[in-house]
Amino acid sequence: MTMDDGAGNAGPRVLLVATRKGAWIFHEVGAGQGWRADGPHFLGHVISHLVLDPRDGRTLLAAARTGHLGPTVFRSTDGGRHWQEAERPPAFRPEPGAAGRAVDHVFWLTAAHGVEPDVWYAGTSPQGLFRSEDGGRRWAPFSSLNDDADFRRWMGTAQDGTPDGPKLHSIIIDPRDPRHLYCAMSGGGVHESRDGGASFSPLLDGLDVVEGFDRADPTFHDPHCIRLCPGNPDRLYQQNHCGIYRLDRPSGRWRRIGESMPAEVGDIGFPMVVHPRDDRCAWVFPMDASSVWPRTSPGGRPAVYRTRDGGDSWQRLDGGLPGAQAWWTVKRQAMCADDQDPVGLYFGTTSGELWASDDEGGSWSCIARHLPEIYAVESGRREAGGD
Amino acid sequence: MRVLIPSALRSYTGAQAWVEADGATLADLLVDLDQQYPGIRFRMIDEQQRIRRHIRVFCAGQQLPSIDAPLDGSDEVLIVQALSGG
Repeated sequence: MTMDDGAGNAGPRVLLVATRKGAWIFHEVGAGQGWRADGPHFLGHVISHLVLDPRDGRTLLAAARTGHLGPTVFRSTDGGRHWQEAERPPAFRPEPGAAGRAVDHVFWLTAAHGVEPDVWYAGTSPQGLFRSEDGGRRWAPFSSLNDDADFRRWMGTAQDGTPDGPKLHSIIIDPRDPRHLYCAMSGGGVHESRDGGASFSPLLDGLDVVEGFDRADPTFHDPHCIRLCPGNPDRLYQQNHCGIYRLDRPSGRWRRIGESMPAEVGDIGFPMVVHPRDDRCAWVFPMDASSVWPRTSPGGRPAVYRTRDGGDSWQRLDGGLPGAQAWWTVKRQAMCADDQDPVGLYFGTTSGELWASDDEGGSWSCIARHLPEIYAVESGRREAGGD
Repeated sequence: MRVLIPSALRSYTGAQAWVEADGATLADLLVDLDQQYPGIRFRMIDEQQRIRRHIRVFCAGQQLPSIDAPLDGSDEVLIVQALSGG
């Protein structure tokens, strides 16, 4: 999410930090005067995603579970002072027999188009797509995707998924057309709907898969994060298990733009961030994907990489970041941009640090340390006049 | 009957460790609990009616294998968190 998704809320900025042990909200104190930490919320709960509704600048949704308990969604309409649990959290349809799937955790939350003010989408682990039409209180399975035989085959089993479980993520709504949706599954590929989510079709042309596997089969595709450019909704960027890509619609063919990354760094990582206005500008956070996939910063030297020409070239941005012996990395939901000019960038690390840049990545400062492992960072802007 | 609620679920019961609920089977008992404390059942039982992986339920000293298990007129049910995590 970027703040341009919404109705142009003009209030103070907030950062919404979801972690393995709770959630924090960082409030902008004043221009250039830092951030005030509010938290923990839900201490001890696994919070996969915390989002502020860009349509009203007021409603917060949190995807939660604990180590022992099943998944749920919490909702606040007063900036996180009070939370109400969803009356009906996302859950698959009952299926007879042992094969019936159960939601392990809600992983991804996306507010729907502005013309559908109470509609939200949720992606889960294992892969499922859910929709709420009442602001996040009651959720229902959405589209044919969850039960379709082809999709179920493409989703594979929990054993085929990522270490924390296979996920449906990157739920994207075309800002020009609420019936035009994208979503991605790790694993299971990238999919597009033009009928409001009633059906989805694979969008895989041009994407690589692990050597030896069939790239025509969605089963073998692992998109890590997809973003649509707010400044040009016909352009999407993708960080994939097998590289960085760009797609310019109406073409259906992804182009691997990560090949212009430095060879010693490679083009594997998890987050993908796009500029709120300039469709040529995007950021990634590469990780070490050599040998056993350490999933750390390459060489212990973390850096953001930025392109300003649609992926033809990349610049290393590590000003202020540790120069050595920093072995953390950044998860797919844990990096975002705001709507400032110049753009503010933020990321949270697997070691519990929250970093910010107010000059589009040129220099970085750490605004919080010692948090639990950070799963997601979102920027938002509260409604003007809200307390 | 008396039902022991694990600490992780006491946010639903107003911090009460022991509550009263009734049912001939665990399923019935959970319906009663959910009526009194909305939302509590889904945190313990998934949408396929399976007891979640880290939840254990005991009655008369025996662990209940499924929600169909009868409670056999026992006057106490213990719901506990399995030892797990880190």
